[in-house]
Amino acid sequence: MKLALLSDIHANIQAFDACLSHAHAQGAQQFALLGDLVGYGANPLEVLDRVQTLAAGGALIIKGNHDEMAVTPPAEVAHVGSSTAAWTHAQLSPGQHSFLDHLPLTLQQGAVLLVHASVNDPERWRYVTDVRSASASLDAAADRPEVRYVFGGHVHHQTLYYRGAGAGLMPFKPTPGVAVPVPRHRHWLATVGSVGQPRDGNPQAMYALFDADKAQLTFLRVSYDHYAAAAAIRRAGLPAYFADRLEAGQ
Amino acid sequence: MKLLQPNAQLDGFTIEECIHSGGMAHIYRVRYTEGAHDPGFALAMKIPRMTAGDGAETIVSFEVEHQIMQVLSGPHVPRFVAAGDLENVPYLVMEYVPGRTLAHWLETPERPDAAEIARLGAAVAQAAHSLHQQNTVHLDLKPANVLIRSDGSAVLLDFGLSCNALYPDLLAEQLRKAVGSPAWIAPEQVVGVRGDPRSDIFAIGVMLYELATGELPFGAPQTPGGLRQRLWMDPPPPRKLRPDLPEWLQEIILRCLEPEAAKRYPSAAHLAFDLRHPEQVTVTALGRNTAGTGFGTHFKRWLKAAGMHYQPSPLPAQKIEEVPIIMVAIPHKDVSDATLYSLRQAVARSLGTRPGARLACVTVISTNQTNSTSDDKSETSVHRRYLTNLRQWAQPLDMPGHQTSYHVLESGDVAQALLNYATGNQVSLIVMGAATHGMKMQRFANTVPIKVAMDAPCTVILVKQALPFELLIEQAAKLKPMWNRDLDAPF
Repeated sequence: MKLALLSDIHANIQAFDACLSHAHAQGAQQFALLGDLVGYGANPLEVLDRVQTLAAGGALIIKGNHDEMAVTPPAEVAHVGSSTAAWTHAQLSPGQHSFLDHLPLTLQQGAVLLVHASVNDPERWRYVTDVRSASASLDAAADRPEVRYVFGGHVHHQTLYYRGAGAGLMPFKPTPGVAVPVPRHRHWLATVGSVGQPRDGNPQAMYALFDADKAQLTFLRVSYDHYAAAAAIRRAGLPAYFADRLEAGQ
Repeated sequence: MKLLQPNAQLDGFTIEECIHSGGMAHIYRVRYTEGAHDPGFALAMKIPRMTAGDGAETIVSFEVEHQIMQVLSGPHVPRFVAAGDLENVPYLVMEYVPGRTLAHWLETPERPDAAEIARLGAAVAQAAHSLHQQNTVHLDLKPANVLIRSDGSAVLLDFGLSCNALYPDLLAEQLRKAVGSPAWIAPEQVVGVRGDPRSDIFAIGVMLYELATGELPFGAPQTPGGLRQRLWMDPPPPRKLRPDLPEWLQEIILRCLEPEAAKRYPSAAHLAFDLRHPEQVTVTALGRNTAGTGFGTHFKRWLKAAGMHYQPSPLPAQKIEEVPIIMVAIPHKDVSDATLYSLRQAVARSLGTRPGARLACVTVISTNQTNSTSDDKSETSVHRRYLTNLRQWAQPLDMPGHQTSYHVLESGDVAQALLNYATGNQVSLIVMGAATHGMKMQRFANTVPIKVAMDAPCTVILVKQALPFELLIEQAAKLKPMWNRDLDAPF
């Protein structure tokens, strides 16, 4: 069974569609959306339409911090992250608010545990950026002994953390397109990167494909029309900064 | 797991005989029980010894070898066939490669001569290079893990401690103790650095030292302190133990054994190149010395070594790509000065961006230019003349830090001779004139540059003659007086 893992779509319909069709072409049979469906981008309506169709088809969907903010936008714009929340909120229908509001923070399917940020207090949206924070997240999953894989997003980078011969967790930078063996007798934590807001200087969208039968995880990069996504942001009157960063992938 | 008897069956394979019974694994000759899927080559099955007392390391080694064997390809590794599940019976089935391990050459009482040592070493280096190009570093090269086929080529075995940069390294951990075989492992491995292709070059150096002298350069230390010695200590020069050994061979061996990886050959292809062209090796004090390294030098290095610690390495393939062997084909007739000039410019540009690159200047002469009856047409005097031309061509390049060698090839087929040379020496970039090597044949599609570009194993730069020559002279006169000297070169 091939499970496509898409996170941090950020209302970028161009990137989302490109990744979905790429995953279909790769033989993905199930989809998991790891939160931050909206925020920053210009097409929250279209993205949520797609998401709700996927949900009806059995996709696994969890909540991210931007989804929470879109339901209850902060009264004051405290930082760049929350600056589009009110705009997003205004675009969405009450039904969509309710859909986002009812998303779970974590979901488990067999050996796979999905979380937007960290398993350790998922509602606090901790960033998994190093061995220490990755260990904290993986350790918090220890009370579910059948869990071998923790997949998340939030940090917009693709990294795999693993336990080898030693006790400590090790970070690994994957090469896109290489199927990495992730045997079930070990514990793995992956941050799958961002579909709609890549920030490593490469504008290509990121997602990952987990093949449960072969126990392989493939991190992927997909080209999409990021100029169109940036143009949509400018047209919507959102801060130009969000358009610029899509063009630069930063 | 206990020893399997002949005719025992496992997962569709029938055991024929046990061919190796080591501390880590049993190796059997096997065949498919059904006989239906004949793969066209003989099979061997490796079953790791795992008993209740075995630590996680045996399991990890099995996983690592499985992971890496699945993705390696080419003539220098056994072909991968099948693997058993770790949760049931772990095993690996692979191609059985007939041949003798390098240990065979060490077991005989007589030491091989320099030419044979160079031949064996070049075969191993070529195999290691092929591995490095696939982003894999072996990290446990030793005589028992190197098989020499009857055609002289090498096959590397046992990837249980190897490292493939495209996969998580299950054996890596910060502050981890060294993994590998004490006699052969490189200094950086002692402090936990995994993934540097130059670690394999060190191990090849240890094997060359053994082949040459019958001794291990650093013994087989049993303690961490003994292992750390190689971080700062040079072994006794091989010629101290075997005075008849040529200086060039000692130069090569000791360069492989430099404690600092940066002072070793930058890639296994460079090492193979020197072993194949002993006459081109520049012998330094390293090759001549028979006294050994003094206390002062060792003490300074010892201080430096005290600070060495774990650091991750970049992708091996990327690393060796940065130190290519660049080959330039220099025509010796029907060539304009402007073309020779443009070729030199192109070579200077190609080398300039690659500090560790080495340059091979090659010219192809026809076979009927030499004969043994007339003195001035004898092979040596003809070759000497062309070698001088090549040196004169390269002289203005002035390349500190770049090794350069000169080669005259005799062949009736220029393109094929260049292609063979490039393939045989793992050349990564060919620079040649776009319109030379067959100027008279321009109207036919199959000119030498086209044929080389189509069939080359690597990138080819076809150099066009630069500016009109008169204009060039004007510019040269304005810029640098030295340029005029080039232009007067006697071609």
